[in-house]
Amino acid sequence: MSQPLPMAGASAQENTVGLSKNDYRGNPTTLCQGCGHNSISNQIIAACFEANVRPEKIIKFSGIGCSSKSPTYFLNRSFGFNSLHGRMPSLATGALFGDHHLKGLGVSGDGDSASIGMGQFKHAMRRNVNMVYIVENNGVYGLTKGQFSATADKGLQLKKQGINMYLPVDICMEALASRATFVARLFAGNAKQVKEVLKAALSHNGIAVLDIISPCVTFNNQESSYYSYSFGKEKEDPLHDISFHQASEGPQSTVSYVPNKPEITLEADMIDGEIREVALHDGSTIILKALDKDYDPTNRLEALRTLDEAAANNWLVTGLLYISPESPSLTDLYNLVETPLNRLTEKELRPAPETIKTINDLMF
Amino acid sequence: MTQNMILNDFSITVGTPNGSGSSTANTTLLRALFKMGIPVSGKNLFPSNIQGLPTWFTIRVSGEGFTSRREEQEIMVAMNPASFLQDLAQVSPGGAFFYADDIKLPINRDDISIYPMPVKQLVRSDPDIPSNLRDLVANMVYVGILAEMLGIDQEKIEMALQFHFKNKPKPVSLNMSMVRAGAAWAAANLTKSDPYRVEALNKTDGLIMTEGNVAAALGSIYGGVQFVGWYPITPASSLAESLNEYLPQLRQSPDGKNTFAVVQAEDELAAIGMCVGAGWSGLRAMTATSGPGMSLMTEYAGLAYFAEVPLVIWDVQRMGPSTGLPTRTSQGDLAFVANMGHGDIDSLILLPGSIQECFEFGWRSFDIAERIQTPVYVLIDLDFGMNQWMSAPFLYPDTPMDRGKILWEEGIEKSGSSWGRYKDVDGDGIPFRTVPGNTHPLSAYFTRGTGHTPEARYSEAPDVWTANMARLQQKYESAKEYLPKPIVQTASGANFGILAYGSTDPAVEEARFKLERDHNLPSDYLRLRAIPFANEVGEFIAAHERIYVVELNRDGQLKQLLTIKYPEYATRLVSIAFNDGLPPTARWIRTAILEKEEN
Repeated sequence: MSQPLPMAGASAQENTVGLSKNDYRGNPTTLCQGCGHNSISNQIIAACFEANVRPEKIIKFSGIGCSSKSPTYFLNRSFGFNSLHGRMPSLATGALFGDHHLKGLGVSGDGDSASIGMGQFKHAMRRNVNMVYIVENNGVYGLTKGQFSATADKGLQLKKQGINMYLPVDICMEALASRATFVARLFAGNAKQVKEVLKAALSHNGIAVLDIISPCVTFNNQESSYYSYSFGKEKEDPLHDISFHQASEGPQSTVSYVPNKPEITLEADMIDGEIREVALHDGSTIILKALDKDYDPTNRLEALRTLDEAAANNWLVTGLLYISPESPSLTDLYNLVETPLNRLTEKELRPAPETIKTINDLMF
Repeated sequence: MTQNMILNDFSITVGTPNGSGSSTANTTLLRALFKMGIPVSGKNLFPSNIQGLPTWFTIRVSGEGFTSRREEQEIMVAMNPASFLQDLAQVSPGGAFFYADDIKLPINRDDISIYPMPVKQLVRSDPDIPSNLRDLVANMVYVGILAEMLGIDQEKIEMALQFHFKNKPKPVSLNMSMVRAGAAWAAANLTKSDPYRVEALNKTDGLIMTEGNVAAALGSIYGGVQFVGWYPITPASSLAESLNEYLPQLRQSPDGKNTFAVVQAEDELAAIGMCVGAGWSGLRAMTATSGPGMSLMTEYAGLAYFAEVPLVIWDVQRMGPSTGLPTRTSQGDLAFVANMGHGDIDSLILLPGSIQECFEFGWRSFDIAERIQTPVYVLIDLDFGMNQWMSAPFLYPDTPMDRGKILWEEGIEKSGSSWGRYKDVDGDGIPFRTVPGNTHPLSAYFTRGTGHTPEARYSEAPDVWTANMARLQQKYESAKEYLPKPIVQTASGANFGILAYGSTDPAVEEARFKLERDHNLPSDYLRLRAIPFANEVGEFIAAHERIYVVELNRDGQLKQLLTIKYPEYATRLVSIAFNDGLPPTARWIRTAILEKEEN
């Protein structure tokens, strides 16, 4: 990275848009100490700062639940809307038409997206709404004190709830099946990976689903649970080391390949042995260093197979599972005027007086 | 021909199987009569079905200008074996019964004129008609026969067909040849024995003919609608479809780019969610739905009320509860919408009472929504929404757009850190808002459905909660200033008042006219156009000892709302509430009032 990470408390340090990390902060968290969600909030602050995104260019969204409270803990200078349980996607869909130059950043949870909001979640994928869609996934309802969510493991035993009888929903599989154009699974405990993927997701044109396994320290942190810190730490199996190079930072120093065409390109072959680059719409690059597997993130079926294999083996596979950088986002499909719709005035919005006669004539 | 001719005052009913393509024929009849300068109204009484079930279209011809539905059916056209016997029984004594002669059923009436129509034979005998189009064109046979027997101008029929087929010569000539064939056959083979005829007038000059849903869509476009989120539902779909039809014509920039977006959502939950998002981000956003959709939208409506998000929701009412009668009209959602959400809720409701007002409230609703920063509900019904109505032409908006209290960068710069999203600066309960895309670092705020301070911060403090709710109540009071006032008509010597709204207006007007003419019972009339009730409503009630509240539902919902608002006058309010799914008749209102006046 060309931008060195600022030291803790060194808020005077500015990024290329002239902002310090403090300009990206939010209010103090009210979630439990040790909650994975807090770590994700911190990485959102870091990623936006490092990616030189103006907070005013982002709209925060959330549904209802512990995760959905978190948008107040970052980006105070961004507009935000804490909507209804399971109904964040529709709200975001409409809001992003207000100014189609803005990027959505949604935070939801497994209850919010995989239970009550499954329908809206999948339709947001299908429409390729231009937003980062984070699911802070802990397999449990925290805010109502520890009921099973739809992503809870079968056989999970919780105080007061007994044993979960049902098979879990896999957020990434659902996203892939609904044709999301960017799908990643991450572990909140792997901060660097979360941050790098977040930066890439912010550069992606369209929906980027980040299923972040985020342990609930209060209700679902038993050692055997898929959603616990200990499980993640022991069983995490990253597909690759991820770093992100933002186009606005200038040429990359470490890798020779820089996209020079205005259109999206994706190198199908490995460029340098284990290094794969994915160029995004804005010219930025995700750099994936394959670890023990040769993984092609542009192959949707391979992504599904990998998830299935991981589930069968009780692995927590993390990394960028799938990307399709060339798909148009929702607002791209609408042939909109360049000026944000919400800045249009009566002159553009009310047809001219002479048109009323034409319209009346059309009414027989 | 009989001596006692009855001119321009009767109803025509056409009974066909649903999906047989009769709507072209029926609207052609309606439009031709309209073009002859004769006041008409048409009601499509159709089943919830795509093909097969009986459907009726009734046209009222009224030289006097009455447009409400009548129960009397002087002219019946029977094209459907399934409803043949019922249709025959319905013909008014002295009326005329036209029937397709391939229907072999007993005809047991001698008090009406009976006219067989060789529909199949005429269609088959025209070699120019392709066999696959025969069934569709067959309906033009009765158009031609009625034209001949009633005196409908064939030239006007051709104009109606040209309009219907957007001037495409082939379908016009194909259909017209069948009209001529029917007319010629009738001239040669039928002897008129009924008294009903039409004669050209000049009473429709300058009028247009359209549906309420089209008027609503066009009005919304002149109101600058920018975002539409919707989900298909009878009888509201054609409102959104009309937006899709006319927006590209009226609202593209000179370089062909759109100043609007229409999204068909996955359900009504999402349709309104998108609209709340769009309204919140500064767009003029709307949705159109009906009762079942309103039920689904309730959760987001409550959030929009509490978070103070402007949007417009059209409820084209159909008969509930539940799936109810999906293709029948009703005013059954009023009480529900007046309280749409859990907790303490006040809804702003507009009630257009004509097609022209569907257009007007289309644009005005956005001004009100953005001024008050709240959802605005516009309630019409299937009768207004989907039936063809004569109407005064649409009028271009006579006031500039009111975008309400919105602050952009300069506004925030001026207010500085004193700006707070829910602060009541002006004492009217209406705060200032900002929208995403505002680049001022102090412009952003966090919107939530939970308790919040004037600065939009989370709060559970009891006094913060009650202060906010009191401000919302005050805002609701402030809204009255911006809502359409009721229309009051008085008659000298009136001893009672009538209070009604929406699509019952033509029936109420006719009932008032006949109560005065035939029974010497003049009445005053207040047509309600918005809720909360304007002061004029209270004054009208105070000024009358009896007020008949006319509405299309079982429970007298408007009367209930009035009773809550004006408990001191509760005993003056008399409910005339009835709903069987059909548009109201003047006779029903007249009879109900007479019964009560005579007791």
